[in-house]
Amino acid sequence: MRITLNGTPRDTAATTLAQALAEAGLSGRIATALNGTFIPAPLRKTTPIRDGDAIEALAPMQGG
Amino acid sequence: MPVFYGTPIDSPLMLGTAGYPSPQTLADAFARSGAGIATVSLRREAGGGQDFWALIRSLGVTLLPNTAGCHGAREAVTTAQMAREVFGTDWIKLEVIGHADTLQPDVFGLVEAARILSGDGFKIFPYCTEDLTVCERLLDAGCQVLMPWGAPIGSGLGLNNPHGLRALRAAFPDVALVVDAGIGLPSHAAAAMEMGYDAVLLNSAVARAGDPAAMAGAMADAIRAGRAAYLADPMERTDMAIPSTPVIGRAFL
Repeated sequence: MRITLNGTPRDTAATTLAQALAEAGLSGRIATALNGTFIPAPLRKTTPIRDGDAIEALAPMQGG
Repeated sequence: MPVFYGTPIDSPLMLGTAGYPSPQTLADAFARSGAGIATVSLRREAGGGQDFWALIRSLGVTLLPNTAGCHGAREAVTTAQMAREVFGTDWIKLEVIGHADTLQPDVFGLVEAARILSGDGFKIFPYCTEDLTVCERLLDAGCQVLMPWGAPIGSGLGLNNPHGLRALRAAFPDVALVVDAGIGLPSHAAAAMEMGYDAVLLNSAVARAGDPAAMAGAMADAIRAGRAAYLADPMERTDMAIPSTPVIGRAFL
């Protein structure tokens, strides 16, 4: 299955959002969106992902 | 001192965290500025996000995450929801950008996003223009703070429309008002405070100065002076001279 994570296409065996993040080594203080919709952290383990899904994983960054 | 959504803040200087030459320079600038609020953002995690989180936690200031770079209400709403989880605050500096060159707010998308987020419990700091009608709509949408631009973001031009900013202050005497964006010099920040604005939000003027910490200190001094001047009730301006030395008793020579 092929998904897009932070704009980069990647093959994955993950079936949930939490697994996809773990597979990519993403942890710590991040927030996630799936296909443009915010997914709160407690729901990542039960949120399924499908072929073609786009995941955004955002972290704290400098801002004005 | 400003009060935002019932929370008093120690300083009327709000400082951004972007564009500093190094993390240490950022920390030094914050120490010199005495700023009570730091603006922060969210970007794709590419390493560095967790270190930045540790740095801003060490500053001991209130965090105000932004939705910088969002070009539509939907994108801004999603970003705000993500920011609330990451930064653990329901405060959001709401930016919906409408124009690529000027980074002018899309005021229509801004009002729409403000209404949605307000209903979701957010405390919104909208980056807006000084347009009275737009500001009224933002207040109707639930905003209790307004942040009109001084000039385009990062331009350093100062207050492009002082008459409009003054009119806004007069129109909404009880609303917390912040000049956000466009400040380049301490005199610009002082001018905003002299008008009775509650706070000034700036970033590039400090981050891009040759000596950011020194400029942060200068901004703090200017803002303090501007606020004191406003509270001291400045004299009225006139177009003609008014002699300050008494005329009565002048010798006839």
